[in-house]
Amino acid sequence: MPNLSEILDAFPEIENHRPWPRRLVDAASWRALTELLAEGEISLLGLWGDAGHVHMAVLATEPWSIAVASLACANGKFPSVGRHHAPAIRLERTIHDLFGHEASGAVDKRPWLDHGRWRLRAPLGQQTPPLGQQTPPLGERTTPPAYDFVKNIGEGLHQIPVGPVHAGIIEPGHFRFTANGETIVRLEERLGYVHKGVEGLMAGAPLARAARLAARCSGDSTVACSLAFSRAVEAAMGVEVLAGAVSVRALMAELERLANHIGDIGAICNDAAFALMLAYCSVLRERILRACYTGFGHRLMMDAIVPGGLSVDFGENEAEVIRQLVATVRLAMPQLIELYDDTASLQDRTAGSGVLKRELARRFACGGFVGRGSGRSFDARRDVAYPPYDRLSFDVPVLQEGDVNARVWIRIKEVEQSLGLIEQILTSAPSAGRINAEPRATQACATEGLALVEGFRGDILAWVRVAPDATIERCHLRDPSWFQWPVLEAAIEGNIVADFPLCNKSFNCSYSGHDL
Amino acid sequence: MRDILLQSIWRTPLTEPRPPADDAESLELRAQLKQGVDAFFDGSLSIRQVDAGSCNGCELEIHALNNPFYDLERFGLKFVASPRHADLLLVTGPVTENMREALKRTYDATPSPKWVVAAGACALDGGIYAGSYACAGGVSEVIPVDLHIPGCPPSPDLLIKGLLALMMKGRRR
Ligand code: SF4
Repeated sequence: MPNLSEILDAFPEIENHRPWPRRLVDAASWRALTELLAEGEISLLGLWGDAGHVHMAVLATEPWSIAVASLACANGKFPSVGRHHAPAIRLERTIHDLFGHEASGAVDKRPWLDHGRWRLRAPLGQQTPPLGQQTPPLGERTTPPAYDFVKNIGEGLHQIPVGPVHAGIIEPGHFRFTANGETIVRLEERLGYVHKGVEGLMAGAPLARAARLAARCSGDSTVACSLAFSRAVEAAMGVEVLAGAVSVRALMAELERLANHIGDIGAICNDAAFALMLAYCSVLRERILRACYTGFGHRLMMDAIVPGGLSVDFGENEAEVIRQLVATVRLAMPQLIELYDDTASLQDRTAGSGVLKRELARRFACGGFVGRGSGRSFDARRDVAYPPYDRLSFDVPVLQEGDVNARVWIRIKEVEQSLGLIEQILTSAPSAGRINAEPRATQACATEGLALVEGFRGDILAWVRVAPDATIERCHLRDPSWFQWPVLEAAIEGNIVADFPLCNKSFNCSYSGHDL
Repeated sequence: MRDILLQSIWRTPLTEPRPPADDAESLELRAQLKQGVDAFFDGSLSIRQVDAGSCNGCELEIHALNNPFYDLERFGLKFVASPRHADLLLVTGPVTENMREALKRTYDATPSPKWVVAAGACALDGGIYAGSYACAGGVSEVIPVDLHIPGCPPSPDLLIKGLLALMMKGRRR
């Protein structure tokens, strides 16, 4: 079997795609790539639609390298990747929903994001009216087609439908459990409820508006999403960001990771009915958010990162606030870790439940603590080594067990690493002004950029094509949740229904980032 | 032993709320809120939160209302799991077309008298997502709204202020 470069090198690189090459391949090579994916030689980073085309981003290991392959859709069709490589299935269903390109040979042809409630089908493609409708429907007045859930038949099996509105302050989604008594036999997810059409809104948007949209892909990862989008735009437009701003961006990314990890550790324990941990963790999280407000003017640091640099000033006073915060967190963490580790009744719930098999984590290229809790050692900060991480030292913790406990421990260890990173960044005393290299419309033709950035959940992929007038022609943002939601279905099998919230929280996939 | 250790570090008995946050305004706000809840809702108000397509930023801040700094429950304001137990729906997001029916049905399942608070810039008119093929564009497009709390996302203090404003509005009804 030919390897990745043997397949791709036969095709010329497309001009103006940075920093990794993109090539227009033929259907045979597309299939060859699919085979490589199925064999586990390479991992899928993204699969998305475009006018008349589909694009696939893949990651090769040892050495880590990224490549993009594009295929023109003859008659609106392309050879299915999902048929051989399951992680692509939902992505293909989405391409069909948004662009109308059909994956030929696909095993699952049900719609995914399109619930039959939009005014049109293929909103980013041909924009046809919905099935069976001559005039566009409006919301509730139409009865959308029923979704065809997988049928599970067997003695003693019953179904438990949950959602889209859940019993808590959580995002909406539907879970269809088939259970035998207490034990979950199968879980089927149905997502797309929070699909806002972000990629549609991006098309034609000026950079500033597109950056605000990117910052709102998933509010908990707003810094990482902004960073991914900005880095992609900067790659496309050839913009150099000053070193001070690069450091401050990483500082924000680590603060976001810290806030989310600590908040979620508490929330996971709370789902095992251990509210004490939540109380302490949420106090710490609140302290982090307040420090972020003082340092960056927004509790979640939204819109602070923009293409070209920063929209906020960060000076010595702000740095001091963050230094004090790090001291506070460092003081509090050992007790919290001890509390987690010494409580047998809590361990009883977290250890051994929701096991994600290593093989599955590898196949789905699960990012973040989900992958690293199941033996997949990948971290875009280390392996793509975008600045400033190339000159900072940190470890990427990996565990093999794959249970809730492992995912909690990865997060605990990552808190430690993030604290170290923040300290390293602050010792070099970054001070950065506002935007220092505003991207301008200077290029003669459209340019494209790709970025892979490590959010707290895992690697976020951003791909943009910027028009000559510095507006976004097409932007695709792939949240890490795309490759984490599907494996939750597998990890929950054989667990009891009552442990679902616990397992689900330990994955903590984003609905908004996924549905977009 | 573990608990003793922890308590000695935090120096606050766990059963008591943490000292309220720093500034006088927050203190004032909280005092007023308690009065409002007592006067109008006879001491308690049950809130059902509905995410109708938010980016989840608003949810994070609504969650923060329950942390020991704000500890909303001590004022009798409580998040409940079912709309059937709720007096008030706290709705976020631009109302995606895919959530429109679910929101409507949640509203219908809430017993009267009921109030609706739309939280966040998107909940007002779709905010940054306004005009999308996938969004209805604001909560009031789908269910009647009594109050809108601005912000992207509204901070916990602003959320408390908003709930307080609703108490005042409700009293005049
Ligand atoms: S108001 Fe802002 S934070 Fe809230 S859901 Fe909308 S975009 Fe997200």
